[in-house]
Amino acid sequence: AAKNGAGCSNSCLFQRHGFNFHSHPNSADVISTVEFSQSGEFLATGDKGGRVVIFQREPQGEYNVYSTFQSHDPEFDYLKSLEIEEKINKIRWLPQLHSALFLLTTNDKTIKLWKVSERDKQPEGYNLKDEEGRVKDISKITSLQVPVLRPMDLLVEASPRRVFSNAHAYHINSISINSDCETYLSADDLRINLWNLSITDRSFNIVDLKPDNMEDLTEVITVAEFHPHHCHLLAFSSSTGTTRLCDMRSRALCDQHAKLFEEAVDPASRSFFSELISSVSDVKFSHSGRYLLTRDYLSAKVWDLNMEKKPVETYQVHDYLRSKLCTLYESDCIFDKFECAWNGTDSVIMTGAYNNFFRMFDRASRRDVTLEASREVCKRRAVLRPRRVCIGRKRRESDICVDSLDFRKKVLHTAWHPTDNIIAIAARNNLYIFQDRHSPSGHHGVHRIEQETAPQLEDTPPQ
Amino acid sequence: MSACTLVSVSTVLGCHSCFRVDMFSKGTKRKFSDDGGEMSDESLGGANVSSSYNLQRQSLLDMSLIKLQLCHMLVEPNLCRSVLIANTVRQIQEEMTHDGSWQAVTEAFCNGSQSPSERLVATEVLCRSREQDAEPKLFSVISYEGCREEEVVADETLCSVSVSDAASNVCLSESVGHCWETGELRVVESDEETSEGSRLGPGDDDDDDEDDEDEDEVDEEEESSREDSKSMGQVFGTFEIKNGSSGPDSALEELFSDVDASYYDLDTMLTGIQSAPKMGPYDLLDSLAPSHGPPSLGSPSNCRSDLNELDHIMEIIVGS
Repeated sequence: AAKNGAGCSNSCLFQRHGFNFHSHPNSADVISTVEFSQSGEFLATGDKGGRVVIFQREPQGEYNVYSTFQSHDPEFDYLKSLEIEEKINKIRWLPQLHSALFLLTTNDKTIKLWKVSERDKQPEGYNLKDEEGRVKDISKITSLQVPVLRPMDLLVEASPRRVFSNAHAYHINSISINSDCETYLSADDLRINLWNLSITDRSFNIVDLKPDNMEDLTEVITVAEFHPHHCHLLAFSSSTGTTRLCDMRSRALCDQHAKLFEEAVDPASRSFFSELISSVSDVKFSHSGRYLLTRDYLSAKVWDLNMEKKPVETYQVHDYLRSKLCTLYESDCIFDKFECAWNGTDSVIMTGAYNNFFRMFDRASRRDVTLEASREVCKRRAVLRPRRVCIGRKRRESDICVDSLDFRKKVLHTAWHPTDNIIAIAARNNLYIFQDRHSPSGHHGVHRIEQETAPQLEDTPPQ
Repeated sequence: MSACTLVSVSTVLGCHSCFRVDMFSKGTKRKFSDDGGEMSDESLGGANVSSSYNLQRQSLLDMSLIKLQLCHMLVEPNLCRSVLIANTVRQIQEEMTHDGSWQAVTEAFCNGSQSPSERLVATEVLCRSREQDAEPKLFSVISYEGCREEEVVADETLCSVSVSDAASNVCLSESVGHCWETGELRVVESDEETSEGSRLGPGDDDDDDEDDEDEDEVDEEEESSREDSKSMGQVFGTFEIKNGSSGPDSALEELFSDVDASYYDLDTMLTGIQSAPKMGPYDLLDSLAPSHGPPSLGSPSNCRSDLNELDHIMEIIVGS
C-alpha cells in the first residue's frame, strides 16, 4: 500500500532532512547533479567544485554521508586558451553487484568510472615488514607467522578505475548506462558516443548533428538517455523542441531517427521566444519504458512511445512566466535547464521551478502541488505546506506573487528514489531529502492520510 | 548612443503595468492599410502600435546581439545558449527583411550599392573585428556574402537612439507574440532556402572528416581560405561604434599580434569566443558601463577582469 499510494495527497507529508554542506556558501558548493543508486540505498551529488558526495540510507531511514571525493579537477585547454570546468554535470550509477559501488561521473570533457569500496579489515603480522611498513632485517627473523586480518575502523575509499577522455569536442551534457550494463552513452552538444565500460581508448559515434558548415548550425543535443529495458533504443532531445528515439539495430549511425516526438506549435501563438521555450531541458524514460517525460521551459510533457504527434499529457509548471519571457531572456533565466523525474510507479512526475519551488503532478488524478525547499520554511520532520503562486492579488497570506519570485533560487536538479517515496531536491548548495511520513520503507502498517491543509491546486477558485 | 537604447530596454523590461500589444499585430496593421485606411484614427493608432512593436523587436534584436558578444573569456560559453540566441536573431532579421524594415535601414546606409534583400544577414553582424586585413575571423556565425552595409547596419541597430515614451509602457514579450500569417511564413522560408543554396561555399571540406580534431582544423582552414576570398576585411573594416582603443585592448592586441588566428578552432564561433579581443564589443561595453546597472546583461567589469586574467595566462604560456 505504501509503494502504491504515492498520490499527490501524500506529498503534503514530506519531511525534511536538510544537508547544508558549508555554512558559508560559495559557488564551488553549488550542487550540479543528484542521482539515486539503482537500489535507492545510496544517493550521490556532484557539485560545481568537482566534488562528489555519496549518502547512504541508514536502517532508520535517514541518509547520511558515506563518502566524499574529488572527482574532477579544473583543466586548461591550451589550444583554445580556455578553462575546462570541473563541475560535475551528471552522475550515473551502475547496478550494484557486490559490496563495491561503481558510478560514472562526468564534467564537460571527461567521464570517469569510480569504484567506492569499504575496508574494515587490515592485514597484520607480515614477516618481511614491520607494522610501520619498514622492511625487517632478514637476519633478525627467527620464526614465521601467518598474517591475519584484523578489524579496523571502516574506511570508504574511492578510486578512479577508468578515465574516458578526449572523445568530445563539445560539452558533455548526458551519460546513460545501457540496460546491458556493459555499454554506456555520452552526449555532448552535437554528438553521442557509445562506450564499453572496460575500454577507454575508443568509442563509437552513434549520433552526429554537426553540420559540414558550422554556420548552418541551428540545433544542438540537450539530453540523451538509453531505454531502461531495450538496449538498442535511445532517446535524445534537442534545443528545437524535438525528442528523437533511435534504434541502434537499424544502422550504425543513428542520425535517422526511428521516431520523432514533437508537438506542433500553434502558428497563432508563435513568438520570437517560441523556440527558446520549446527547447527540451530533460528527458526521462518511465520505469516501465512505455513513456517519455520531457521538460521544456514552461511545461512537462508525457509522451507515449507509440504516439509521436503530440504528448499524452501536458503539465504546466509555471505558465505565469509566459508573460515575462522577455525579462527572463534578458536575465538568461530562459536558458535554465530544469530536470524532471518519475516516481517508482510512474504515477507521479516531479520537476523544479523558481523560488526554490518544485512541483509534483499526479497523472491519474491530475492533481498537482507546489512545495518549497528552503531552510526558512522547512524544519526537520515538519510537514511541507503546499505553496501557491498568484498572478494578481494574493488570495491567501501564504500565496506568493509572481513578481516576488526569486529567480536566483532555482530547483534545477531533482531525483526520486527508484521505489520509495523519497525525493532529493538540490537548491543551490543545499540538498533536501524529503520522505513520505506514512511510507518510509514500505513496512508501515497503518496507511493514514493526515493533512493540515488540503492540497493546493493551481486553479482553485477563490474562497 | 547605444547607452540610450539600453536604458530604454531596461525600462521597458522593468515595467509591470503594460498593455497587451498582441492585439495590434502586424497583420492587423496591414489590414488597415489594405483597406485604404478608412478609419484614420485606428490606422494611426495601429501605426503607432506597430512602430512600438518595431521598437521592441529592435530592442530584442539588440539584446540578442549583445548576448552573443558578451562572452566568458575563460570558460567556453554554452553552445546551446548561443545557438538559441543566434536562431532568435535570425528569426527577427527574417521578419524584418520580410516586412521591409531591414531593407529600409540598410538602404539608408548603403549608398544604394547592393541591397541585402533576401539575404539573411543574421549573424554577420556578430562578427566584430578591427582588423583591416582579410585575416580569417576567429568567429563568424553565419557568413553570408559579405556586404558592407550589413555591418554598418549592425552599427545602426546597436546605436539606434529612438526612445519613445510609449515604449516604456509596453511589455515587450507580449508584443512579440504577434500573429504569423502562415502565408508569409512560407514565403520567408523559401527565401531562406534560396539564399542558403546560393550562399554555401565549397563543399570540399566534407571529405576531410576524419576524427574530431582533424576535421575541425580542416574545416577551419577551408573556411579561412573561403573567407579570404570574400570581402570580409571590407565588411569589418569600417565598423566602429566608438573610436580609439582603450588600454587593456591595446595591450592585448600587442600580445596577440603574432598569434596566428587561424590556429583557433572556428567551431567555437557560435559561442562567440574571441581569443583576440580586438573588438567592438569592448567598445560597446565601455559605452554600456556608466548607464547600465543590472548585472543581468553581463557586467563589463567581469569581462575586463576576465580579460586581465586571460592576459596573465597568455603571458605565462607565451613566456613573456
